[in-house]
Amino acid sequence: MFPINETMGQYSELFMLLAAGTYTVAFIAFAWDLAKSSKALRTVDLRAAAAAGSASDSSEDASDAGAKVPVAAGAAGTAGLSGRADAGRNTDRVEGHLAGPAGRAERPSSSVAAKAQGSGGAGQTADASMLYGGERRVPARVAVALTVLGGAIHAAGVLTRAIGSGRVPWGNMYEFLTTGAFLVVAVFLAVLIRRDLRFLGTFVVGLVIIMLVAASVAFWTPVGHLVPALQSYWLVIHVSIAVLSSALFTLTFAMSALQLVQSHRQKAIAGGGEDKLGFMRLVPSALSLENLSYRINAIAFIGWTFTLMFGAIWAEKAWGRFWGWDTKEVWTFVIWVVYAGYLHARATRGWTGTRAAWLSIVGYLCVVFNFTIVNQFFNGLHSYSGL
Amino acid sequence: MSERVKSTKNPPAGEAPKAAPEGAPDGAGGKGAGRKGASSKRAGAKDASAKSTGPQGAVKAAKASAALPALGILGMLRWAWTQLTSMRTALFLLLLLAVAAVPGSLFPQRPANPSIVTQYIKDHPDYGKLLDSVQLYDVYSSAWFSAIYILLFISLIGCVVPRAIAHYRAMRSQPPRTPQRLSRLPEYGTLVLPAEAGVPASDAIEDAAALLKKRGYRVDVRHDDGARPSLGAERGLLKEVGNLVFHTSLIGVLVSVAIGGLFGYSGQRILVEGDTFVNTLVGYDQFTPGTNFQSSQLQPYSIQLNKFRATFDRESKGKYGQPIDFTADVTTKENPGAPAKKEVLKVNDPLTLGGTSIYLTGNGYAPVVTVRDGKGNIAMQGPVVAKLQGDNYYSSLVIKVPDAKPDQLGFAGFFLPTAFVTDQGISFSGDPDLINPQLSLNSYYGDLGLDNGAPQNVFELDVKGLTPLNARNLATKGITLSPGKTVTLPDGKGSISFDGVKRYVGVDIHHNPGQVSALIFALLAVGGLVISLYVNRRRVWVRTGRHEDGRTMVEYGLLARGEDHRLAGEAAAIRGLLSSAWDLDADGPQKPSSISSPAGSAEPKKDS
Repeated sequence: MFPINETMGQYSELFMLLAAGTYTVAFIAFAWDLAKSSKALRTVDLRAAAAAGSASDSSEDASDAGAKVPVAAGAAGTAGLSGRADAGRNTDRVEGHLAGPAGRAERPSSSVAAKAQGSGGAGQTADASMLYGGERRVPARVAVALTVLGGAIHAAGVLTRAIGSGRVPWGNMYEFLTTGAFLVVAVFLAVLIRRDLRFLGTFVVGLVIIMLVAASVAFWTPVGHLVPALQSYWLVIHVSIAVLSSALFTLTFAMSALQLVQSHRQKAIAGGGEDKLGFMRLVPSALSLENLSYRINAIAFIGWTFTLMFGAIWAEKAWGRFWGWDTKEVWTFVIWVVYAGYLHARATRGWTGTRAAWLSIVGYLCVVFNFTIVNQFFNGLHSYSGL
Repeated sequence: MSERVKSTKNPPAGEAPKAAPEGAPDGAGGKGAGRKGASSKRAGAKDASAKSTGPQGAVKAAKASAALPALGILGMLRWAWTQLTSMRTALFLLLLLAVAAVPGSLFPQRPANPSIVTQYIKDHPDYGKLLDSVQLYDVYSSAWFSAIYILLFISLIGCVVPRAIAHYRAMRSQPPRTPQRLSRLPEYGTLVLPAEAGVPASDAIEDAAALLKKRGYRVDVRHDDGARPSLGAERGLLKEVGNLVFHTSLIGVLVSVAIGGLFGYSGQRILVEGDTFVNTLVGYDQFTPGTNFQSSQLQPYSIQLNKFRATFDRESKGKYGQPIDFTADVTTKENPGAPAKKEVLKVNDPLTLGGTSIYLTGNGYAPVVTVRDGKGNIAMQGPVVAKLQGDNYYSSLVIKVPDAKPDQLGFAGFFLPTAFVTDQGISFSGDPDLINPQLSLNSYYGDLGLDNGAPQNVFELDVKGLTPLNARNLATKGITLSPGKTVTLPDGKGSISFDGVKRYVGVDIHHNPGQVSALIFALLAVGGLVISLYVNRRRVWVRTGRHEDGRTMVEYGLLARGEDHRLAGEAAAIRGLLSSAWDLDADGPQKPSSISSPAGSAEPKKDS
């Protein structure tokens, strides 16, 4: 067993504070970027609107075209498969394909649909591909640079904590939160390499600041050894996957929340209303947000399945049963079921879009509840969170 | 233009009747088919009820109901089955399951700790009983929770079986026929082979077929009459297999859990240093048999606790005294006659013996006391298990001495491994190690009530029928003992000596025949899940034709089943492969808008 190094622990706490400070500045920069870009975009819009007349019409046209193409494609595809069947039931078929893929026309990966979006005038959204455009956004660059700096300091904090305690840095709630927050930043920055998700910056960095503050204020624990119940290699496996999945769920929570706002805005604009949320122009359309958060949620769901499974294996090793409806197990199960519901909702008509986003948000709220309330106020076998 | 005539002879792809399983919307599979029927029926019902709110609602409702065809019993069953197996219902049941699981974390549960439930009902006389009547203390075996998951699993079976049959057929059938207008597919592109390349349409389709086969597609070439040959290709049939495996494995997990509940058993036993546990029914302090348990299942192995060692943190200031290691040295025998074996039992490191696993789940102190009765005889001698109550092994202790004469004796109080007393006279334990062990007890005499045969909790002393001898509020004061000391009880009732302290461990013993299969099914489920989420089911169609000027025109289209964000990438990859096979420039001007489509241009201009 490694000796405890308390000096390292103190360094770690200093790093965490510094990281939180840097993130705060990054947060301000991200917010500034949203405000500034929204202003710039509005001027461009106004000029374009003046030039091209009614801009909202063209936006509708564009979205119409986007929807039409895949409808037809879906119909052709469906019918194509069934061409071998006997030719007598034509009326049946027509009804079938009208009721069929139309509802999901805009859902499949169709690049045609994706291209058609974002080309509207007023009520515009960012490009659905979320690739970097040519334009330089100075505040956004500053914000990302600050986030990288904060992430580096944060990494040092996590590392010194691990060295200080001579083990993996996720043995109690303080460590889970600080390491989890670091992973959120790391995943966010990793995705930023390929995709322009800077519009998520305020959200993600804001959540990270909340996590760091909560860790330091509510869950602070000095460096120390693990209690015997936690001394198992399963801690490394089970908890690391739980932290990673939670970090991914944090990202999708941010996206789903933005998706709701964006879809509200799109609806308001489509209904002829005024665009009151100008900063949302930087954010892609609700549908592309939904698609991306679905992809991330799918990864996180697999991660959560592993969390559940490895947790069960560890429980079998530590307590003699792989499942006992302990409060923590109950909530882990509830979260799993909610996200399973989310994945199914995406394949159920009437449940995509806003409802799916709500499921994703409810799932994340369950994650937060499971971490905070269940750990602290419910008695159970997991009550050794170091508080 | 002859091709054009020919192509209209075939029913256009968009107008052929649909085969039942394939006709479902892409990505929804079998559930989609069921859902469609169900939702349209439901919409009808909704219409009727909506109308009934109108002014002439009653008449209209009557008309609507009169117009409904009689379903009959079979029809009703069919309708109910369609409803149950629809995706909407499955989703609803799934979310309901999540909600129903929550109360189990809010209220104490009997299987986890029955005594807490009893206490809870006592503490909440207003609604405690009411909660019990709706099974809120046995949530996970309650009728309503079981109903939800059983319905969910029936719905799941009702979905998986037809889907499995449909998929089996799909796997054995050829890729779907080539749609008339490939340009309507989500991914579409064209390539032009110059006349000097000398690749006729039929060769081009064979080239494409070979390429797609190499890429893992099942390919079916349709030469038709040779003028406009095409191919249909499909890959990713594993996606649905993964999906089916995932859902079937969940059923497997449920069955494994049920097997564990039927044939498994578990029990607890407290072992003081020196004690031996023999795996028979009487050897357990507490025993929970499965529904089909037979006592002959127990193999009479034995475990003796030789020594228990606990290590506490002495380095860290913040966590001083926190336990960092528990180790129990035990001697085990597989059978009464088998050779003894020395083994180590630790937390997170169970022993396996006779088909069971033995876990170290708790530990504490057991003060050794000697009680002499009023006649001076030893009425009780040995270790007494102290029950953990608070920090640093602050434990409660009850000693019942039914053999004491003339009066039975009882003691109740606390054991502190490192006793500290505050200025207010409150004692607490300052350290988990035995630095200053102390027993503080009240004593009683009278009838302990053990003789009438009613079972009693060994950790509780019912003082109702007893007369106090020593107590804090009496002149005699409470008994405070350190090791080696003896206190004489007042009125010549006897004496009590504190001889020393032993440690004890709590062990859990479990046998669960379902857990290996549960693990296997869980692993299968995860495997299936990953496959179903990351294998993409895609269809590719290629059609070639010869232009009048000798060029060979190639058009291709891709369609994904379900969500597939990499379909565009696949289209680009296929385009690249075809181009390099024919030595074309992949980024050439072959956009649908810039060239004429293959001979006989089937597309109206507005599509391009």
